Parts: sequence; C-alpha cells; structure tokens
Amino acid sequence: MSSNLGSMPLRYRVTIDREQCMECERCINNCSYGVFRRDGDRILINSRKCTACHRCLAYCPRDAIMLEEQPCDYRSHPVWTRATREAIYNQARTGKIILAGMGSVANLPVIFDHLMLDACQVTTPPTDPLREPVELRTYLGKKPSHLDLCRNSNGDVELATELAPNLMLETPVMLGHMSYGAISLNAQVSMARAAKETGTYMGTGEGGLHAGLYPYQDRMIVQVASGRFGVNIDYLERGAAIEIKLGQGAKPGIGGHLTGEKVSKDVSRTRMIPEGSDAISPAPHHDIYGIEDLSQLVRAIKEATEWKKPVFAKVAAVNNTAENVAAVARSSVDAVVIDGFRGGTGAAPRVFRDHVGIPIEVAVASADRELRRQGLRNEVSLIACGSIRESADVVKAIALGADAVYIGTAALAAMGCRVCGNCYQGLCPWGIATQRPDLVERLDPDVASKQVANLIHAWTLEITELMGAAGINSIESLRGNRDRLRGYMLDENMLNVLDVEPVGA
Amino acid sequence: MCGIFGVMDKRRRMMDGSGIRQALSIMNERGSGEGAGYAAYGIYPDYRDCYALHVFLDNACESKAVVDATLEQWGTIEHDEAIPTYDQPNFRAACTPWRYFFRPDPSLAPGSATPEKDIITTLVMQINACQNGAEIVSSGKNVGVFKAGGAGSRPETVADFYRIEDYEGYIWLAHNRYATASPGKWERPDPFNLHDWSVVENGKITTYGTNRRYIESFGYTCSNSTDSEVITCLIDLLVRRHGLDIDLAIRALAPPYWDEIDRMPESKQKLNRALRFAYGPATMNGPFTVVAANPDMMVGFTDRGKLRPMVVGECADRLYISSEEAAIRAMEPKVESITMPAAGEPVIGRVAP
Repeated sequence: MSSNLGSMPLRYRVTIDREQCMECERCINNCSYGVFRRDGDRILINSRKCTACHRCLAYCPRDAIMLEEQPCDYRSHPVWTRATREAIYNQARTGKIILAGMGSVANLPVIFDHLMLDACQVTTPPTDPLREPVELRTYLGKKPSHLDLCRNSNGDVELATELAPNLMLETPVMLGHMSYGAISLNAQVSMARAAKETGTYMGTGEGGLHAGLYPYQDRMIVQVASGRFGVNIDYLERGAAIEIKLGQGAKPGIGGHLTGEKVSKDVSRTRMIPEGSDAISPAPHHDIYGIEDLSQLVRAIKEATEWKKPVFAKVAAVNNTAENVAAVARSSVDAVVIDGFRGGTGAAPRVFRDHVGIPIEVAVASADRELRRQGLRNEVSLIACGSIRESADVVKAIALGADAVYIGTAALAAMGCRVCGNCYQGLCPWGIATQRPDLVERLDPDVASKQVANLIHAWTLEITELMGAAGINSIESLRGNRDRLRGYMLDENMLNVLDVEPVGA
Repeated sequence: MCGIFGVMDKRRRMMDGSGIRQALSIMNERGSGEGAGYAAYGIYPDYRDCYALHVFLDNACESKAVVDATLEQWGTIEHDEAIPTYDQPNFRAACTPWRYFFRPDPSLAPGSATPEKDIITTLVMQINACQNGAEIVSSGKNVGVFKAGGAGSRPETVADFYRIEDYEGYIWLAHNRYATASPGKWERPDPFNLHDWSVVENGKITTYGTNRRYIESFGYTCSNSTDSEVITCLIDLLVRRHGLDIDLAIRALAPPYWDEIDRMPESKQKLNRALRFAYGPATMNGPFTVVAANPDMMVGFTDRGKLRPMVVGECADRLYISSEEAAIRAMEPKVESITMPAAGEPVIGRVAP
C-alpha cells in the first residue's frame, strides 16, 4: 500500500572523507545494515540505512567516516517536535504500534544526576581503602529478623536459627537478565565469564540456559517468566538462584515478543519452542492472577529445588511500587528486583518505553521506606536496575535503599554496543543483539569477557573509593544511608519522597 | 574529638563524683568547653525501686505540667523535685533540671515481657519527640544523668553546678564534649540514657542514617540527632528485646570483617555470619569509642579500625575505661594495669552478683 508521505528526512548522514579513504572496504564488510557498497571504483553510501551503531567508524583505519545526526531540520516547534511528527508519519503509513529498542529516550531529568554524594572531612576521617579494608561483599537473600541461640555442652553460644541460602557477591553489581535470543550466545558467554571472574552473578533472561553456559551455571540466575521458555527442573537446578519475572521497567504491564526470524535452531532448542515460531510471553503469568498465587509459585519452585536456592521476583517500577514490593516481600521470595522505567529492552512499544513507569531512584526509595515501615526490610534483599550507568549510580541506588544492582546496557556497551537502539532488527554488527552466525562470530568471548570484567573491576574500585571517602567500610552501612546524599535542585516533594535533605542542609 | 571516661567498682563500693570530675577535667584539651555530662549508678538508694526521671524543663510551669500529666496517665509519681543546682560564674542555666521518682503501671503494657521498661521507653520517646519544652535525659532505676551545654560548660563547671561530689555511685560515666552541632542545647552532650543503659561516645558514626532508620522500624524515635541516642536504643533492642548477650550485641554493632569470619571455625563462622545477616543495618561505621553501662556492667568498644582511643585501667575492684591514660591516673594514681585493647576487642566488666 502506498502513501503520499514520500520519504522521511534522513535520520543520520554518513560521509566519507575521500582524501583519507583508502578504499579498504572495511566499512562495507562491517556494516550489516547495508549502508556501504562498492560501485566500480567508488564506495557508495546509503545513509538512510544507518543506525549510528558506529561499527564503520570504529573499524575505519583512516578515521575517514563521519556521521551526523538529523542533518535535515524541520520547522522548529515546541509541541510538534521532530519525534512526534515522525511517529505520526510512521503510524499513518503502517497503522501499527511503533517498536523501539533499548531504554527510554524521553527527555526527562535523571534524578541520579541531582543527588550528590558525601565525603568526610574533619569531624570524621575518610577511610583510605589502600590501607584499610572496605568491604563490598554483599549477601543477597533472606535474613533473619533476630537470632535464636543456644549453648552447647562447652557453654559456647551456638546458632539455633537456620539461615536461608544467600548469594555471595564480591561486589554489589550484577549482570542483568538478557535472554539468549535477544542477545547472542557469545554475548552471554562473555558476561558469564566476567561474572565468574569478578565474583558476581548474571541473569539468563527468559531464553533458557544454553548448554554453552553450563560451565558458568553456579554464576547464573535463571529466569522464570510468563512464557516459561526453557523452564524445566534441570534448568531450575542448574541456576545459583531463580528469578520470577513479573514485570519489566521498559514495558510494564505487557509481555514480550521474540520474532520467529530470531528463533534459530539453537534458540528453539534452548527455549523449548518450535524453530521459526514467534516466542510470545503473555502480559501476566497465567498462573498468577493474585498475590497469593505468586507465593504458591515461589514455594513450588523452592519445593522443586529443595529449598536450596534463593528465589527472586522482579517487578517494574510503577505508581504503587511500594505496595507491590511489600506484597512480593511476603511471598517467601528472598529478594525483590525493581526495574525502573529507563530500563533497557530488546524491543518494546515506543509508547510504553517512553511513558509508562517511574524512575528507579524513586521506586527504590519508596520501597525501602515501606518495607521498613512494615518491619520487613532486612528480611528481603532489594535489587535496583534500569539505567545504572556508572559507579556513582550504584552508590546512590544503595544509599537510597538497594542491596545491589543489575546492569544491562552498561555491560553491553562494555562489549562494544553503541546504544543505537536497533536491537530488534537482529542485525547488530557488534555481534551482541543478533543470531546471524557471521555477526555473532565477531564477538570473541575471550576479549569481550575481559572488557566486561574490566568494567566491573573499575566500578568496584570506584565504589570502594567513594565509600572510603564517606568513612564507610562495609556495604551494609551504606544501604539506605540517605544522610550521605544531598539533593541538588530537586523540589521539596521529590526530596520528601526520596527522604533526602537538600544540599546545604 | 571528645574525652570520655568510665569507672566501675565490681563490689558496688561507692565513689563520690569528685574523682571523676578530676579525671574528666584532665582531658579538657579534648573538649571545647561547651558541654559535659556525668551519669552515675547507685545514687538514689531511697528510691531504688522507682524509675528516676531527670528532665530538662524550659520552665517549671507549662513544661512541667505536660510531664506531670503524661506521667500520671502511665503510673504514679512517688516524688518529684527540682534537681539541686548551684550558680557558677560565666555559666547560664538554659533550663530547669527536675527529677521524678516514678512507678509505671505494668498493666498498661499487656503482653510485654518487660512492661515497665516498655512504658518508660514510650514515655521518653513521646515526651522528647514533642516540642513541649521538656526533655527526659535519664530514666533508669537508681541512676541519673547530670549534663549541660553552651558556653562555659566546662567539665568542672558542670560538676560544680550539680555538685556531683554530693552523689555516690558505683558506676560513673563522663563525657567532655567537643561541640560540633547545637552547642547550646543542654540535652545534646553525652551521656545519653534510656532506663538501664547509659552511653558516652567519642566519635561520629558515618552510619547514623542507616542505624536510625533501622532502630525506628522497631518503634524507637530518635529526636536528638546524636549518635549516643541511637547507640543506646540499639543496645536496648539487642540486649533487652532480642535477648543477645552483651558480647554478641557488641559484635553485632562492631562486627569482624568478612575475611576474619571466613577464617573462623565452622560453628563460629555460622554465628558471626548470622549476626551480620540479622544486624547489618545496626552495624556502626566510622570512628568511635563507646563506653556503656547498665546497673550490672560497664563495657567499652571501638570501631573495627580503632580510629579513636580507648585505654583500660584496673586497680583492685575498679575498672577504668578512658580516652586517655592521664585521666585514669588522675583518679587512681596507683593504677595497677594499663592496657590498650586492639581494634574490635571489647572490654566487658561485670559487677559481682
């Protein structure tokens, strides 16, 4: 069907500095979107296909390629922005929901950037992490509210309370759930190796556990989502912990969709679905229509795995997050994951990604406060995710009440991802969000795992320094310690919700 | 920087306040002369079965009426009177110190294992949290806190203002304050007391926010913004309500590092891990030395890195814990042993049963 709309203005314009170019064709070989082609003695450019993934720039030996965003102006208008107009043209043409990859692009203030961290001066000395221990070790799982003790025959005090299984992290940063299918096996293997090397854990996402990850299974948190893809007893038993996904920050309230084209033979085997079929996860779990159903599912999973593994539950950050989290905390889960509205995704409807949900900073702070009010806080762990970009975000999230964080996009970026947001096309030239064997091959797990591990190491060092400067030598002393934060240019209501004082107070 | 001092006689032999006055004033270099305080156990033998409430009143009329009315609802006031004070040069009394000898009515805390202390806790929190011109500064049986803040509040002046040499106790704690916040407030200097427990601290914890939010989730209200208030509540929660022995309570507040726990034998490892699991939010961080006492013991402990000093002296039945050796020697020139416990090594002295 045709339209009268013609073509849209170019999103990006790619140019080649012909004086620099040596016509090595690396750009042609590297671009999976087909921007470059050879025509006789010239390399031609089709800028319309460009996604700004930077693969060509990164591999051009002469720095000959340049990229410009939005080279064509619209008449500027404060209401009818470029994005709103282009969405209308797109939907007028297709009549469909617009899909988008990665996190929200809504131009809203980032609360993390308006929170300043504290440091010690003279009334308390800073701790020097080079000379004194600063403990980042984090245990995730149920904690006792008090201890029952007894005395043995020697008169020594012994513990009578049975401790629930906990995950031990050497650093409070975990790698978030990104499924095999959404990302490549090489990407998963790279992250799994990094998790093992740095003493942390990684989520499988909803795509099952590929046999290639079995060597790292003691570092994997296996996910049970509404589609139940890849879930059987073997899967549950292999994981170090099990996470029930009830919602996702990028698209709260809706399910997921992996298109049939991405369901290759290997993906089909891992997900336990027919090759080439669409993998559709429903919006709700069809065995959870009420909170009491969740606690049955949690207990069923615990029963199946003999109460040896922590069970997490993940919810998206929405208006009544505090109430949801308090409800989930009562369901025998060991940790609650809250995913903020800026959380990433392989594909989400644009309208959900940019309009539904609340920021992780607020969600964690209000959940922490509600759990404390109900006397449940120390009994479950709280994991924050959805737009954790740097070590300072980790420290701020923990000071607002989280025990640990998951990172997703940051880990992908460590492997080369340029956050171009075209994951759903399946053509990722970096070999991350694709299943095309020639592209997947580009990502060498030996190299990429080192890069992810480097990132976690670097953040861990920075967190240690920030904690030392604040005179805090164990991570549990940072948790919920909002006195060590100050709000800069945040309004009074926001400060009240966060329970943070303004700068200068 | 502050100076703290504690002394206990294991046989409950009484000491008047002149010795500790001298010990504290030796450490004047550690204070800013804007606050000092003393706590003593055993000073009210005639009212030993009553809770002695020391209250700072803005005035003896409206503010006192609030306290009277609240106490009468919760029990019986056996006796009340102004705490005797004596004007000192260049020192201005910012409030009227008063004392009540009070019997709470246990039937008002049904189901509690320690109904009287629960009532006292509630009363103290309730009165101190309100802007009513009254602050309860101590609330235990046979114990009292004498303190003052503001310009001219040197340890000797405060001691002379209350004439603490007129009181006899078997445990004394004292605090020489280097003021940082609210120097003028009389309730701010240590000791802080909640019924059984009194606390003096030299330090400033970096976990005030975490600790306060944790303790408040158990129904305590901290209205004073001081470390020692939170520490007192934490000790009360761990020891009285959760039934931990004092050594384990201290271990929960200043736990060993994970590396040390990893090296412990299995059963100790389990116990220590469980303590950190259960009481992670109670863990105190940052520099501190704390001396705490209840009617049966006096304890001293430091942060895990021992960023503040703690010196221990012993002489016959007397146990001393101090910021400086000189202070111990000022009170007990013939002290028999002086030790400096390592970081994370608590000192626990118990009164003979």
